[in-house]
Amino acid sequence: MEAVRVRITVNGEEHVKTVPTCMTLLRLLREELDLTGTKEGCSKGECGACTVILDGVPVNSCLVLAYQCSGRSVVTIEGLARDGLLHPVQEAFVRHGAVQCGFCTPGMIMSAVALLDANPSPTQREIREAISGNLCRCTGYKAIIEAIDDAAQRMAGWVDSQAADEARV
Amino acid sequence: MKCTDQMWHPVGARAPRVDGVDKVTGRAVFGADLTFDNMLWGQPVRTRYPHARIISIDKSRAEAHPGVVRVLTTADVPGSKTFGVVVPHQPVLCWDRVRFMGDAVALVLAESREAAREAARLVQVEYEELPSIFDPEEAIGPDAPTLHDEYPGNVAAHHVVRKGDVERGFAQADVILERDYTTQLIEHAYIEPEAAVALPGPGGGVTVYGSIQNPFTCRRAVAGVLGLPLARVRIVQNHMGGSFGGKDEVMSAMCARTALGAQITGRPVKIVNTREESLVESYKRHPYRMHYKIGVRRDGRITAMEVRMLADAGGYASQSAFVTWRSTVQATGPYVVENVKTDIYAAFTNNTYTGAMRGFGSPQAIFANESLMDEVALELGMDPVQLRMVNGFEGGSVTATGHKLDEHTVSLKEVVRKATEAAGWDGKRARLPEENQGKATRRGIGMACSFRGCALGAEGVDAAAGIVSVQTDGSVLVFSGLAENGQGLKTIFSQIAATELGITLDRVVFMETDTSTVPDSGPTVASRSTIMGGSAVRIAAQKARDALFEGAAAKLGAEPGELAAENNEICVAGDPARRMRFDDAVKIAWNEGRLMAQFGWHGAPHVNWDEHTGQGKAYFTYVYACQVAEVAVDTQTGQVVVERMTAAHDVGRAINPQSVEGQIRGGVAMSTGYGLLEEVELNEGITKTRNFDEYLIPTAMDVPEVRPIIVENADPYGPYGAKTIGEPTCELGAAAIANAICHASGKRIRALPMDMERVLLGRTLRPMRGRRGSEAR
Ligand code: FES
Ligand code: FES
Repeated sequence: MEAVRVRITVNGEEHVKTVPTCMTLLRLLREELDLTGTKEGCSKGECGACTVILDGVPVNSCLVLAYQCSGRSVVTIEGLARDGLLHPVQEAFVRHGAVQCGFCTPGMIMSAVALLDANPSPTQREIREAISGNLCRCTGYKAIIEAIDDAAQRMAGWVDSQAADEARV
Repeated sequence: MKCTDQMWHPVGARAPRVDGVDKVTGRAVFGADLTFDNMLWGQPVRTRYPHARIISIDKSRAEAHPGVVRVLTTADVPGSKTFGVVVPHQPVLCWDRVRFMGDAVALVLAESREAAREAARLVQVEYEELPSIFDPEEAIGPDAPTLHDEYPGNVAAHHVVRKGDVERGFAQADVILERDYTTQLIEHAYIEPEAAVALPGPGGGVTVYGSIQNPFTCRRAVAGVLGLPLARVRIVQNHMGGSFGGKDEVMSAMCARTALGAQITGRPVKIVNTREESLVESYKRHPYRMHYKIGVRRDGRITAMEVRMLADAGGYASQSAFVTWRSTVQATGPYVVENVKTDIYAAFTNNTYTGAMRGFGSPQAIFANESLMDEVALELGMDPVQLRMVNGFEGGSVTATGHKLDEHTVSLKEVVRKATEAAGWDGKRARLPEENQGKATRRGIGMACSFRGCALGAEGVDAAAGIVSVQTDGSVLVFSGLAENGQGLKTIFSQIAATELGITLDRVVFMETDTSTVPDSGPTVASRSTIMGGSAVRIAAQKARDALFEGAAAKLGAEPGELAAENNEICVAGDPARRMRFDDAVKIAWNEGRLMAQFGWHGAPHVNWDEHTGQGKAYFTYVYACQVAEVAVDTQTGQVVVERMTAAHDVGRAINPQSVEGQIRGGVAMSTGYGLLEEVELNEGITKTRNFDEYLIPTAMDVPEVRPIIVENADPYGPYGAKTIGEPTCELGAAAIANAICHASGKRIRALPMDMERVLLGRTLRPMRGRRGSEAR
């Protein structure tokens, strides 16, 4: 098995690992870096449980090889909360009952965060499309869609109030 | 990051999930997330034939493979070689015969998952193929080979109902209809594949962690296989990535294999199924063939019903006897029928075995029965709702099994009225056919209603335990013998404990279910958690509270019975000025040496059943539901879109309305998949749909808009009047959709799933041979 050295930034922290060329990003995260928040549901790009954000874009980490991520930056579910504060999307998921078994949740949240980063005020349809690659068997999706919608509005409010604060200074 | 906010969330409040923060941060630990030092990976070697005799197993090449530590076969099993709830006949590792494609013949233990997988391919098994049966009708017919010696004729179960005289009933009828309905094989499709890790010890025993739905059932299997006393086997449940009834026997097998490996090697052993393995190995929902004959008078009154159903049990007994029993009780629906003759069979075949899945024998029967009711209404020129009102249960009605419904509010007609009114039934039913004129996309509205027995009923002993332990600082531990499977049990039980103690949810810590901590409380099935386990936790919390009240009463100058607890305070009821902090009451009780850890045990009220006549009080109470589907049918492609589903459910009392709504939405999504999309395709016993690219479940683009309506009629037997919600939500949607499709297009579809081929052509285009369930006709 050929091995390769990978220099990768995960949640702001740089790691250097020597891994087999066939190792997926998902396995690198879960097995080499102990970041087990990212889940494996199908290993085939069909369920979205393994979604992480790679250089700003949501990807199925089961379909990306670890060595392809050398020099790149990954954000996982463990990297969202800051200083003990939940990301607005995480908070909205709890508040809206968007979590049942929670297995789809990390991937779902990463898809939602990537969506809101790219499109801060999505329509319901855009939200549905953005998470259409993330399967959930428990919730029927409605609470998830509401949570993302609510997070978008709060984040917009938060950005506005920050802008207003800055303007005042 | 706080686990919950510090608000007072008594029973009835929309409390946020107590495990929510762990789950949104990735901290929640699931079975596959566990790793231990020195851990081995296990890989089962599965059969290559659906039915064969094992001639020999040569493991030498596999054992020589780098990284392989051992290859185990049945010869290494110290205890029982089989397990099972109804009959213990399912092999943990097969030795003489394999009966379906998920059977395992050996277990490779290796240092890495890769090495274990590679070596599994090197185990040489010589088989002699045996004649297989894939058609349940053939299986119980004359010339079929016997699959299990203890079941001659391959009949895995047979239940009857005999009430009145059907011949007389049919003679009284003005109209008699006979119809056949079929349903398909489906997969639970929990997003988390099965996972387990076993550790040797303590004290010569084993500890197993994993995605285990029923820790006590699993413990019996593991202890039996290892030949250990129950007390030496500890099963600890991790967070569960969904189960829906699906992580029972398949987990007993997986846990027994990991435990065997751990006991023999003295090292931790882990097994995780891939999605493909999960689809092949795990049991599924039974496909049914159902024949109904119904007699009705012109005024709509049902005079007789005769029902025959045949369920495909697959290779092993699993829960087929219980699943088909529930179908027996509910076969004629929530209607008063004087004359009933029902026969329900389950047959062994060499297909993937079938067992518990959310609904448990009801989705099939309801699809048939509620489709039939609409066919009758059409025949009589009657509104479908009207027909249900003529025949539906009300207080004092007697069920087909002879149970007089006089101990709870029979709310069938209430839920039908509420759902149909909210959906705008009358207007749409009349208006849509006109609006559809000349259009390619036609809209329709259809309904279905149901009753469902709560908890296990006459299936078996029904009791559960709970422990509430108040700590000296006022925080509280809650233990339950029933398990969180994702449905929200931890939150509901925490809310119950918090309500009785009068504290906020942030003080409550719900412990993972651990078989060495709480008594055997039976399985977490049959939507029995709240009504059984919730009652047990309530009893325990009340006892703990009483201990606190006794200490507090003296200080407050009142009798213990005069006190009330709320929002972290204890006060004299009606005189809130006389109060103290909960924490202070705890200190007093502690200093006075009072017992603040209490135990609750709750047994179900008496039920009874005569298996020869199918008469008895099958369940101690029932829930009632009505769902109304609104669909759009593209008559050019056959595509059906469920646009809206109005779902009215009597839950007795909603302990947490947010959680109830979540169950309704999830259940409706699941029944939409059952109705339109899902089918595990088997070809001569071999699974063709092996991952989510072929096995389609609803995505965010496929789910209807759901309007949940919570109806509350408190039940005398439930905690705070609460009953059941998990399963009822997903048992009647497919029938409502079928009825709506018929209203839209005039086409009656009597087979699931109602995919484009069936809607457009009335049949499926896929090859017939070797397939089962819906495509049988
Ligand atoms: S595990 Fe990657 S998409 Fe399912
Ligand atoms: S919450 Fe269970 S799969 Fe989404």
